[in-house]
Amino acid sequence: MSRTLMSGNEAVARGAWEAGAAVGVGYPGTPSTEVLENLVRYEGVHCEWAPNEKVAAEVAAGVSMAGARVLVTMKHVGLNVAADPLFTQAYAGVGGGLVYLVADDPGMHSSQNEQDTRNYAAAAKVPLFEPSDSTEALAFVKRAFEVSERYNIPVIVRTTTRVSHSKSLVECGDREQRLLPAYQKDAARFVMIPANARNRRVSLAQRLEELSSCVESCDENRIELRDTSLGVITSGIVYQYVRQALPEASVLKLGMVFPFPEKLILDFSSKVDRVAVIEELDPYLRLRVSALGVGVIETGLPCIGEYTPGIIATAFGVPAPELREPIKDLPPRPPLMCPGCPHRGVFYALRKLKAIVTGDIGCYTLGALPPLQAMDSCICMGASIGMAHGMGLVGSTDRPVVAVIGDSTFAHSGLTGLLDMVYNGGAGTVMILDNRTTAMTGHQGNPVSGITLAGDPAPAVDLEALVRVIGVASVREVDPHDPAEVLAVLREETAADHLSVIVAKAPCALLVREKADPFAVDEDACIKCGRCISLGCPAISKDPETSRAVIDATLCVGCGQCVRVCRSDAIMPSGAACDIGGRWS
Amino acid sequence: MSDVTTVLLAGVGGQGTILAGDVLAKVAVAAGYDVKLSEVHGMAQRGGSVDTVVRFGTKVFSPVIDPGTADHLIAFELIEAARKLPFVKPAGRLVVNTRTIQPLPVLTGTLAPPVGVVAALDYEGAIFLDAEELACEAGSPHSANIVLMGAASVGLPFDAAAWREVIASRVPPKTVDANLQAFELGRRACEGGACTV
Repeated sequence: MSRTLMSGNEAVARGAWEAGAAVGVGYPGTPSTEVLENLVRYEGVHCEWAPNEKVAAEVAAGVSMAGARVLVTMKHVGLNVAADPLFTQAYAGVGGGLVYLVADDPGMHSSQNEQDTRNYAAAAKVPLFEPSDSTEALAFVKRAFEVSERYNIPVIVRTTTRVSHSKSLVECGDREQRLLPAYQKDAARFVMIPANARNRRVSLAQRLEELSSCVESCDENRIELRDTSLGVITSGIVYQYVRQALPEASVLKLGMVFPFPEKLILDFSSKVDRVAVIEELDPYLRLRVSALGVGVIETGLPCIGEYTPGIIATAFGVPAPELREPIKDLPPRPPLMCPGCPHRGVFYALRKLKAIVTGDIGCYTLGALPPLQAMDSCICMGASIGMAHGMGLVGSTDRPVVAVIGDSTFAHSGLTGLLDMVYNGGAGTVMILDNRTTAMTGHQGNPVSGITLAGDPAPAVDLEALVRVIGVASVREVDPHDPAEVLAVLREETAADHLSVIVAKAPCALLVREKADPFAVDEDACIKCGRCISLGCPAISKDPETSRAVIDATLCVGCGQCVRVCRSDAIMPSGAACDIGGRWS
Repeated sequence: MSDVTTVLLAGVGGQGTILAGDVLAKVAVAAGYDVKLSEVHGMAQRGGSVDTVVRFGTKVFSPVIDPGTADHLIAFELIEAARKLPFVKPAGRLVVNTRTIQPLPVLTGTLAPPVGVVAALDYEGAIFLDAEELACEAGSPHSANIVLMGAASVGLPFDAAAWREVIASRVPPKTVDANLQAFELGRRACEGGACTV
C-alpha cells in the first residue's frame, strides 16, 4: 500500500469515505473547511454546505435516521450553533453512524475564541476521539462511525488547527460497501417529547456505561512505557510535542477522552514514579485525573494558547537551543483587505460617517484594523444585527449605528436578527456586504451566491426581495467601489426614522478574473491630501520623500475606489501594467 | 539523536509558500523519508505574514517548530526573512529573496521601512537572489516560489530529477515549462556561487 501525504482534513474526508458515509454536510470555518471540499471529490458521497452548523447537524440527523452514515463538519464555535440538535441527538441515538468533525483553534489563528470542544463531549454525553496526526485522523473517523452505530450515539472527532492543517503520511484503504436498510418508524426514540425523552435519558446513561468499558481497552488509548520516572498523560497533537520534547518519558496516549478511561489512568499512574498531564487549552484531563486521587505534578504550562515542543521542553528543564540575535524594529504585517476589495469602499464611507459599526465575521472584519478602524464590535456569526438593534434601544449616542454583515453570514444567522428588528420596530440601518461568496474561508458557495459545494448552480437568494418581503421599509443597493455613493445613501438612511437595509453588491476581488487596467497618480496634480492612502489599499503608498501617493501597477486591479475619493482628479488610467516595480524595492 | 531536517518557508500571504512547501514535502516523501508539514490557512493568508514548516527524517513527531531549530530558512520576502531569523539554528542555511513587500503601516507612512536588513541577514553561506527577476526570465512572474526552491534544492539531499518530477505534477499544466525553467534558474544561480547581495 502506497503512502500518501495528507492534511488532517484530507484524512478525515478519506476516513469518512472509506467508512461508507453517504453524505457530508457542514458550514465552512477555519480550520475545518477543507474536509468537505475534499470529501466532495470522492465518488458515491453527496456533500453540501448548509447555511449554518445547526442546519447541517439537522440534515445529518435526517440522513442518520434514514439509515445512512453521515459526517457533519464545523469549527469549534460552530458547535455552539449546532449544540441544540447534538444534545438531544445523544438521547435519541442514531440510525446510520453520525460523526461530528469539530476543529478547535488553540492560539486563535483564525477564530474569535479558543473554546475546548472536549467540554462539549462531556456536557452532551457523547464520545470524543482526538487524533494526533493524519493517520489517526483517518483511522479514528472510521472507528467513530463504528462506535456511533455500535453504541447508538453521535460521536465527535475533535481536531485542532495543527492536526487539520499539518500533513503527514497516510495509508489509504478501500471503501466499505454498505446496504441502506428500509426506513422503520421509531417514535419512542426520535420523538423527544418529555415522556420519551425521560426513557432515553436513562438509555443514554446505559449506553455511556457500556462505552466506559470500551474506553478502558480500545486501541485508541495506549500506554507506552519507557523510562518510568516520568509518566505523561496526553492526547491529540500534544502527544507529538511530548514525544519530541521528552523522548524518554512514558506516555499514556489518549485517543478517546470521553467517556474518561479511569481504570487505565490508575493503571498507568501505578507504573510510573511521577505523573504529568500535558494538554492544550482547558484542564480537561488534569481535573479528571486529579479527581481520581492521582497526584499530578505542577508543570506550570498555561491553559491559554498553543503549545510547541519547546514550551514543553522548557517546562521540564530541558535547555533551550542557542538562538541567533533577532533583527529589531521590523514593521508588523497584519492581514489586510486585498487590492480591489469591495469592503474597503464601505468602511471608508462608514469612517467618514463617524458611525458606530457593529461588525460580524468575515473578511470585512479587517475593517476594524488600521487605517480604516471603522468597526466597534465583532462577537459571533450574525451578532451585528442584534447588537445594532440593542444599541438603538438604549439610544445613548447621537452617532448613527450601522450593522455590517456579509452575504454568507447573513444567510448563516443574520436573517433572524433582521426579523427581530422588523418585529420589534427597530429603526436602524443594516448593510449587507454581498461579495457573492464566503471569502475568508476560501470562497465557498452559499445560498446567496447560488453555487453549491459541488460547484453546481443553485437558486441565488434575491436579498433585496427577501428583506422587503419580511417587512424592511427601505431597501437600497449601492456600488461599494463608489465610497461617495455609499456615504450619501448611508447619510440618508441613518437619518431616516425607519428600518433600512443597504446591499453593497460587488464580487470579491479574488473572484474577478478580468482585471481592469491599473491606475496611476499624476504627480503634478497630486495635492498630498492623503485621502487615497487612507483607504488602506496595498497598491497605494506614500512616497517617503515627496509625500505624494504612488500606485503600484502590479498590484492595482483598477477598482477605481481611489479615483472616486481623490480631491484633485490626480488618479487616472495608466494603460498597460508596468514591469515589476513599485511594490518591489 | 534525531536525524530530522527542518525547513522553514516564510513569506507574505499569496506568495505561493503553501505550494512550494507541498513540493518540498512530496520530494522528501519520494526519497523515502517520514515527512510532516504544517501551514497557515484562514485570516493570515490575506496579505499577512505566513509560514510553512516541512520536516523530514526517519521519524518526525511535531509538525510545528520552536526558535533556534530550523536547518534551512527559505524566505520569499526580505522583511519576513528578518522576522523569522530567530527560528534558524546558528549554523542554519538562509535562502533569501531580496525583494521587499512593504507592510501596510509602511505604505501609509505610519511606520518607517526597515533599513539594513540584507546586511543583518548576511551570515556566512547565506544566499540572496532576486527571485522575481529570474521568474520573469523563466517566463512567468508567478514562478518566483519555484525559483527559490531551485536555489534551496542545492543544499537539500534530493536529486534534481525528483524535484522536476514533483514540480511538473503539482503546478498548473500550462505553467509546467515555466516552472521547470524557474527551478533550473534558481538552482543554477546557486550552483555557480553567483548569489550575492
